[in-house]
Amino acid sequence: MTEKQKLVVIGNGMAPGRLLEKLIDQEPDAYDITIFNAEPRVNYNRLMLSPVLSGEKTYEDIITHSDSWYEENGITLYKSAKVVEIDRIAKKVTSKNGITATYDKLVVATGSNPFIIPLPGHDLKNVLTYRDLDDVEAMLDMADKGGRAVVIGGGLLGLEAAAGLKAQGMDVTVLHIMPTLMERQLDPAAAFLLRRAFEDLGIDVRCEADTKEITGKNGKVAGVRLADGTEIEATMVCMAVGIRPSLDLARKSGIECNRGVVVADDMRTSDKDIFALGECVEHRGECYGLVAPLYDMAGVIADNLLDGSSEYHGSVMATKLKVTGIDLYSAGDFAEGEGREEIVLRDASANIYKRLVIEDNKIIGAVLYGETSDGPWFFDMLKKGTDISELRETLIFGQAFQGGTPLDPMAAVAALPDDAEICGCNGVCKSAITGKITELGLTSLDDVRAHTKASASCGTCTGLVEQLMAATLGDAFNPNAVAAMCPCTDLGHGDVRRLIKAKNLKTIPEVMQELEWTTSCGCAKCRPALNYYLVADWPDEYADDYQSRFINERVHANIQKDGTYSVVPRMWGGMTSSKELRAIADVVDKFEIPAVKCTGGQRIDMLGIKKEDLPAVWSDLGKAGFVSGQAYAKGLRTVKTCVGTDWCRFGTQDSTGLGIKLERFMWGSWTPAKLKLAVSGCPRNCAEATCKDIGVICVDSGYEIHFAGAAGLDIKGTEILGNVTTEEEVMEHVVALAQMYREQGFYLERIYKWAKRIGLDEIRSQIMDQPERRKAYYERFVFSQKFAQVDPWNERVSGKDKHEFKPMAMIGLPSGSLEAAE
Amino acid sequence: MNMHTKIAAEKWVKIGTMDDIPRQGSRCISLGEKTVAVFRTVDDQVFALEDKCPHKNGPLSQGIVHDGCVTCPLHNWVISLATGEAQGADKGATAAYGIRIENDAVFLDIGTLV
Repeated sequence: MTEKQKLVVIGNGMAPGRLLEKLIDQEPDAYDITIFNAEPRVNYNRLMLSPVLSGEKTYEDIITHSDSWYEENGITLYKSAKVVEIDRIAKKVTSKNGITATYDKLVVATGSNPFIIPLPGHDLKNVLTYRDLDDVEAMLDMADKGGRAVVIGGGLLGLEAAAGLKAQGMDVTVLHIMPTLMERQLDPAAAFLLRRAFEDLGIDVRCEADTKEITGKNGKVAGVRLADGTEIEATMVCMAVGIRPSLDLARKSGIECNRGVVVADDMRTSDKDIFALGECVEHRGECYGLVAPLYDMAGVIADNLLDGSSEYHGSVMATKLKVTGIDLYSAGDFAEGEGREEIVLRDASANIYKRLVIEDNKIIGAVLYGETSDGPWFFDMLKKGTDISELRETLIFGQAFQGGTPLDPMAAVAALPDDAEICGCNGVCKSAITGKITELGLTSLDDVRAHTKASASCGTCTGLVEQLMAATLGDAFNPNAVAAMCPCTDLGHGDVRRLIKAKNLKTIPEVMQELEWTTSCGCAKCRPALNYYLVADWPDEYADDYQSRFINERVHANIQKDGTYSVVPRMWGGMTSSKELRAIADVVDKFEIPAVKCTGGQRIDMLGIKKEDLPAVWSDLGKAGFVSGQAYAKGLRTVKTCVGTDWCRFGTQDSTGLGIKLERFMWGSWTPAKLKLAVSGCPRNCAEATCKDIGVICVDSGYEIHFAGAAGLDIKGTEILGNVTTEEEVMEHVVALAQMYREQGFYLERIYKWAKRIGLDEIRSQIMDQPERRKAYYERFVFSQKFAQVDPWNERVSGKDKHEFKPMAMIGLPSGSLEAAE
Repeated sequence: MNMHTKIAAEKWVKIGTMDDIPRQGSRCISLGEKTVAVFRTVDDQVFALEDKCPHKNGPLSQGIVHDGCVTCPLHNWVISLATGEAQGADKGATAAYGIRIENDAVFLDIGTLV
């Protein structure tokens, strides 16, 4: 056996990410791999920058490979390490910060740079590009300050940037030098519809706008001036006019370059041990900027690194615009020309435009606007050069129309040939998906994504993949993830949560209006859910909607079958005292409370209290130092403890003290469903922490954190989140976990159900392995507590909602004499 | 409702003003042994029902008001504010009372209770 070969990769974008996956998939031990990333990050899905900009996703959502992935696969990743030298004789690369690595094989994947037009003023502050996460963060910072953004460039990137900035609340002007938008992908008719859709979003679109100068004030952008003299005030300019392959390193190292790094069909550069991959590549005179061809290249390189002899022959591309609410698909060549014919379908009322360009009975171009579900079908025929003469009459109506079957999307998917491409980004064909579904018994979209990569990049084929699952699984496919929240809407909880953030919706009427509720003011199912989502998402801005709370959360007590209420004060960590017990006894006597009971959460429940007595009961309890136990809340309930090292001869840590700390820190927080905690002082587990929503088991070496247990409708032992060594770490991890659940859980979804939906590994990875994320969750919880930790009993004793506890009028009978109560 | 109440004369009593009833909320009127719940919808219509769900006598006044209905807090029956009838698959009705608004003052017809 020879020694393992060394592979060095320069650049950590999507293409090299895919290369590594393919390589490890095929032969995990073939190479010692080192990867240099100029950005200070792991690999993320650059296609999803637009949803990050518009607020529909976060950076965390778009990570492809986390730190642990590199670790698990034995890959050395250097972040913030820009390679500045390739020594081809010594076969060694050196980064700016002095890291060196030798190679047997090298992959140059330096990507591209945004092209900056050298206009006067291009170097002013707040002239940004739109290429990586730093750009997005800079834009989001600017958007916070409001004002007008001018986007130069009306192509794919420019328009996505414009829509994102608009969604962030900026005024936006798009300047495009050509007469129509996206002229490389769209014909004028589709471009017109697109322009109108952007104008309907409130974006100012100007075509044939030739920018002459970016004007400045105090070194910052103040506006732009056009060739015709028009001036537009702006606080920010975003240049999105195209990309240039990033060549400096390759050129300096003596590798042959033209417009890009020149490669042959085997993807080798002029140096046979050096491959080039991605947007920096020039192959047969073409440079590519979309992800599908880059993935094709990655596959070829992976094979050739393993002594294969694959060849890349160029790619035909399809484009989709990722702007919520705008459906646009274009592929191939659609210019008019001799010998070319076109088939056009327009439906003005539905804003639909479809055009196919035909040459020699083959589709060579397709533009679809407004209704794009047939895009992949047309694209499939285009790539294969299918003869369409038989279909010609009905071709434009789409696949489902062929053979006169009704326009049922399921039928359309079922009719696709096995090798039809479903996911363009990842090049996944129909049979690859159906094969995995059957072979592995996959039933959820996430599983299909994990095993096939289909719909795992830009996500626009998600609908198709779901239809394919439904067609393959039949009744076994349970699209629970998309079950409607209630009869007032077709949207599921997940969509509603996402859209509340994405569209910045901050009141219930706003949500109902924007998301097109079918009822005027919702129902008893959706209103409490929306109220929770808004409280959780906008803790400082949203005013709790009293009338959308269940009665228990409105009057801060638990309604009983006879209309009386029960009251449970907090006993921190289950500890109490003679003074507290005496106060409870007095209250029971004074208000003639018929029943007193110990709860399962180590507190005392007083049952059968008349509603009108509640404020007086709370007043007396408050004087003894009690606050509401929130035994009624979809929020933090109890923290059950054992006596730990204080008393127990087996106790390993101060479980009581830790439980009290947790309860004092977390009380008052609202959660999707009730949240019960426990802390046990040793593995004998007297506090029964292993069936709680979140549990802690103290051990000699520290603390074992558990979560996702259940002991109600379902019985389920907890899962282990991880081990930590100090109380402070317990606090941070438990609180971060609770906040993650608060942000992602569906209303009334207990933590064990949420965990099942999200995946235990994902939760462990975010809370245990990603300290920055964990801290961010923790900070957000702390922030929301500023508004949540108000004792509701004390508020009501002080007069809040007093109408709730008194009748509006008392009318004597039978004489009809009237005594008004207020 | 029995024959006796049906033939009883209307008897209107002022119970308060619109401001006393929260939008999408309810207030109670004590009528001796009985309680009447007065509801106000999001568009300021006012209705009165006996405060008793036809299912298990749950206090409807404590429910969530939505789209001309109230959902009982005990077992989520949905009751029409205008007619008192259970909606959907559930069967049953609770007594509905006359309500009149005059210049912001709210009047309840207690005649049917005599």
